[in-house]
Amino acid sequence: MHMADALLAPAVAATMYAASATVAGVSIHQLKKDDEPQKLPTMAVTSALVFAGQMINYTIPGTGSSGHMCGGMLLSALLGPQAGFLSMIVILTIQCLFFADGGLMALGANIWNMAFYGCFVGYYLIWRPIMQGKSGMNERVRIILASILGCVLTLQLGAFSVVLETTLSGITELPFGAFVALMQPIHLAIGLIEGVVTAAVLVFVYEARPELLRDVKPSGAAKRSLKATIVILAVVAAVVGGGLSLLASSNPDGLEWALFGNEDAGYSANMGLDEEDFGVSSSAADTAAAIQESTSFLPDYAFADSDSAAGTTVSGLVGSAMVAGVAVLICFAGGFFRKKKAA
Amino acid sequence: MNKAEQALRELHEMDALAAGASPVHALCPLAKFFATIAYIVVVVSFGKYDLAGLVPMVLWPVLLFTVSGIPVSTCFRKLRFVLPLVMAVGLFNPLFDRAPYLTLGGVTVSCGVISMLTLMGKGTFCLMASFLLMATTRIDALCAALRRLRVPGMLLTLLLLTYRYVGVMTEEVAIMTDAYKLRAPGQKGVHYTAWGSFLGQLLLRSMDRAEELYAAMRLRGFHDHFHYAEAAPCTAEDAAYLVICIAVFLLLRFVDVAALLGSLFVR
Repeated sequence: MHMADALLAPAVAATMYAASATVAGVSIHQLKKDDEPQKLPTMAVTSALVFAGQMINYTIPGTGSSGHMCGGMLLSALLGPQAGFLSMIVILTIQCLFFADGGLMALGANIWNMAFYGCFVGYYLIWRPIMQGKSGMNERVRIILASILGCVLTLQLGAFSVVLETTLSGITELPFGAFVALMQPIHLAIGLIEGVVTAAVLVFVYEARPELLRDVKPSGAAKRSLKATIVILAVVAAVVGGGLSLLASSNPDGLEWALFGNEDAGYSANMGLDEEDFGVSSSAADTAAAIQESTSFLPDYAFADSDSAAGTTVSGLVGSAMVAGVAVLICFAGGFFRKKKAA
Repeated sequence: MNKAEQALRELHEMDALAAGASPVHALCPLAKFFATIAYIVVVVSFGKYDLAGLVPMVLWPVLLFTVSGIPVSTCFRKLRFVLPLVMAVGLFNPLFDRAPYLTLGGVTVSCGVISMLTLMGKGTFCLMASFLLMATTRIDALCAALRRLRVPGMLLTLLLLTYRYVGVMTEEVAIMTDAYKLRAPGQKGVHYTAWGSFLGQLLLRSMDRAEELYAAMRLRGFHDHFHYAEAAPCTAEDAAYLVICIAVFLLLRFVDVAALLGSLFVR
C-alpha cells in the first residue's frame, strides 16, 4: 500500500504531510508529558523488529501463498498508540529512504494511511474497547478478535485513503467506484491474513509475558488463566472421556486394529492373532491378569457383566479422574523428593 | 538468498555508497535535501499528458549519477517497489481514456497511453532523486541537517536508533529464516503452527535487549537525545548549487525544452 510520489499531486501530498505532522507533534507532546524515557530504546528495537518481521513469509494453509504481519496493530498493542505511531513513522521513513518503498513526497500520505489508522483508529476503536470490555470473554479470544478486526478495519481505511488521495490528485482515469471496488476486496483478504498473523504473535506474547501488552491485566489474567485452564482441561477430559469414549466400544484403536483386525467390518484378520489368546504365556502374566481381573471394577471400559453405553461413559469419566489423581500424586511425590534432596 | 538477507545487503550497499567521496557527496545535506524535494515537486506537477515536457527532467539525475559515480543499476533494482502500484493505477488509463493524442506513421496513440507513460516516468524520476539523496548522504548527516530544521529530536533519535537496530534484527531474522528453511525443506514460509512463536520469541528477546540497551546508554550519560557532531555549515557553493538546481527545474518546467530542441530539426 506504499504510495509512490507519482500518485500524488503536490497539494494533496502537502495536506497529508501537514495532517501526519500534526498527529506526530501531539504524540511527541503526549510521550514527553508521560515522561517514559526508557520507551525510546524499546520503541527503536520494536520498530526494527517489526521492520525485520515484514521479511518473514507466513504460509497460508491450503493456498500456497504467504502473508505478513500488520505493524501498526502490533506496535500500538505493545507500545501504545502514540509511541506506536512514532515507531511506524520511523519504519516508513527507513523503507522510503533506503528501500524506495514509498516516495519521499508521499511519505506524509503513507504515514497517514498506514500509521495513523493502524495505531490510533486500531487502538482506540478496536483494541482498547475489546480488551477492556466486560463481555467475560477469554483474554486470548479478545486478542485474536481485536487483532483481526483491527487489521481488517485499518487496512480498509488505508486502502480507501489511497483511492481518495489518488483520485483527488487526478492521477487515474479509473472511476472512483471502480477503483474502490478494486482496492477494498484485495485489502480485505490481506487484512484477514495480517490479522491472524498479528494475533498469533500477540497471543504468544500474552502467554509468555502478558505485562508487555497494553490494556491486558497481567496478574488477574494469569490467575484466571490458570483457573480457566484447569476448568477447560476438566471439561475436555469429561467430553473426551465421557462423550467420545462411547465410540471406543465399536471402533478399535489403531494398534488393536493392526493386531486383530475387524472381520465384522470387512477387514481381514491382520496379524492372525486371537484377541482372547495371544502374547507370551507365563505364570507371572497369568498372575497379573488375575489381579487385574479382580481389581478392575469396570472391565473393558464398562460395568462388569454389562454391555450398556452408560457403562462405557462412566468408565471414561472415572478413568479421567483416576489419571488426574495419579498426575497429582506424581507432582506431590516429585516435590517431596526434591525437598528431601535439598535438605 | 532470503528476503531478510537481501534487505540487509541493500542496507549495507546504501551505507557503502553514502560513505563514498565525490563532489555530490561533499555537498551540504540540507542543500541536497531541498534540491531533491524541489525536483520531486516539479516532476509531479507536470500535466498528465505532458510527457514531452517531463522527459528533459531526466537530465538532472543523469548528471548526478555521472558526477557521483553511483551505479544506476542499483537504483533500478528498487523500481520493483515503486512500479507495481503505479502500474496498477496507470494501466487502466489506456482503457478509460481512448481519445486520440497523436498519430505516428498511421498508428494512433491514445491519451490514456500518454498519461500512463507520464505516470511511470514520474515514478521513476522521483525514485532516482530520492535514491541519489540517500546514496550520497549518510543517515547521521541527514538527521543532523533535519535537526537544524527543528525536526523534533525525539523522532530523529528514534530514527537513528531504529536504523542501527534494523541491521541487527534483520540479520537475526535472516539467520532464523535460514535455520527454519533447513528444518522444513520445500516449505514456502513459516508454518501456521509456528506463526506466533517464530517472531514472538525474537520479540521477547528484543524487548529484554532494549531494556539492557537503555541501561547501558544511561550509564554512558545518555539523556534522551543524541549530541550531533558539529555539522559542516552550508557554504556559498552549497547555496549556489541549490539556487542553480531550482532555477534549472523551473526552466525545464515552464520552457518546453523538448519542443525547442525538436524545432531545430523538424520544420
